Amino acid sequence: MNKILNEINKGRVLVSDGAWGTFLQQKGLKPSECPEEWNISRAADVFDIAKSYVDAGADMIETNSFGGNYFKLKNYGFEDRVFEINKAAAEISRKAAGSDRFVLGSVGPTGKLLMMEEVTEAELYEAFKEQSIALEAGGADAIVIETMTDLEEARIAVKAAKENTGCEVFCTMTFDKIIGGEYRTMMGISPTEMTEILVGAGAAVIGANCGNGIADMIGIVKEIRQANATIPILIHANAGMPHYCDGETTFPESPDDMAGNVKEIAEAGANIIGGCCGTTPGHICKVREVVKSL
Amino acid sequence: MNELLVKLSECIEFGKINMASPYPPQMKGQEGADEITRRALEEGVPPQDILTNGLMPGMERIGVKFRENKVFVPQVLMSAKAMSTAMLHLKPHFLSGAAKQKGTFIIGTVLGDLHDIGKNLVGMMVEGNGYKVIDLGTDVGSEKFIEAVKQNPEAVVGLSALLTTTMVSMEKITKEIKDALPGTLVTIGGAPVNNDFCTKIGADNYSPDPQGVVEYLNSKIA
Repeated sequence: MNKILNEINKGRVLVSDGAWGTFLQQKGLKPSECPEEWNISRAADVFDIAKSYVDAGADMIETNSFGGNYFKLKNYGFEDRVFEINKAAAEISRKAAGSDRFVLGSVGPTGKLLMMEEVTEAELYEAFKEQSIALEAGGADAIVIETMTDLEEARIAVKAAKENTGCEVFCTMTFDKIIGGEYRTMMGISPTEMTEILVGAGAAVIGANCGNGIADMIGIVKEIRQANATIPILIHANAGMPHYCDGETTFPESPDDMAGNVKEIAEAGANIIGGCCGTTPGHICKVREVVKSL
Repeated sequence: MNELLVKLSECIEFGKINMASPYPPQMKGQEGADEITRRALEEGVPPQDILTNGLMPGMERIGVKFRENKVFVPQVLMSAKAMSTAMLHLKPHFLSGAAKQKGTFIIGTVLGDLHDIGKNLVGMMVEGNGYKVIDLGTDVGSEKFIEAVKQNPEAVVGLSALLTTTMVSMEKITKEIKDALPGTLVTIGGAPVNNDFCTKIGADNYSPDPQGVVEYLNSKIA
């Protein structure tokens, strides 16, 4: 309990890992395949990804379980395998992390909209509870609820993880810069609104992930810090928006581009810095170097 | 113009579904799209007028506000709900031919991609702007799109993708539709997609927001 928080409280800036989804694709994951099923059928490949981030110097690594909730797995007919798939995800990352790095159990959105009555609050709670319990059973230290855009769904997820596991609970949302320069999620939530609700729901760490590249994260961190002087902040930034050429998708921000923003993000108040879509062990290695020099 | 239709357009713009709906707070206790549409029909307002002068201006105003980041997805969804409620009253008149939709729009999320929020949003906006919308769902391959175009030869096709990995799928589907049915117009959208990509894969239009799709359709069909 509170293992990661204790490190943050020592005044350390911690390094998280980089992308999983785009990494799995490089290893041959097809668009129609369920990424989380690889925890069972391609465990060695998933382990390679986890291990590559440990070797790059990350203090914590995520799990291959972003789409591991009941609703997403149901798309592939795997809804009765939530426990098995998520437990395996955490076990793989635990094995790669050893005892001196942390494992963040990844929990993504369900893709169902509460306000359109596609799902009830109770069903959301049950889905997040089921997934969080399985991630803890596989050895996760924390649950990181990420890429959220609806504050109500995020709040329910935090509550479900908090009330049903002994893990530290983190939550990050995905913001875009809108016309006028402010930050909002797709559902219109600002970093300030997020901060109040998620801290109130019991999140130990909050922040932002995905988005349009690391430079935008600076403004988001500043706004969260303004709204709350002490809550630890986690950033998992994309390597910019993807470019597509001849069947290949590439991301514009190099490891050096990302590393070039790390000092400013840390100074703005971020406590944990890592990557999202398009970032690689090379990015995390460079982030590690900068963090070491802080 | 008929005062009822002005009120109806406001119900659509602000997402007022019916009298019982508590949303939006400033219209609490007032009639919504449901009651006003029914009353307009009872009073003999032509269904075509209700569509053109009630629903469409309301949808257009919310679409423009969404593009300008003055409102976000939840407000658009409420408008779409209000619109669908009104549409239920109008559907029999479309079927009987008493009112005509402007054209047909076939939409789907491309093969390998299961995300549907953006696709649904576009579908609802297009429907509310006077088009018949055929929603093929998610994870849709070229055969299904081609089949749907064969059944609706004048239709424009909309392709949606959220994942960078399924951009490949979008390219393939666009090509296969164009090969099978030359002259079919294809418009694309989704988070990873942009104008460059649109040009590269030979699609006809890219829109960053639903209103852009409506304007494209209006320029091609209406």
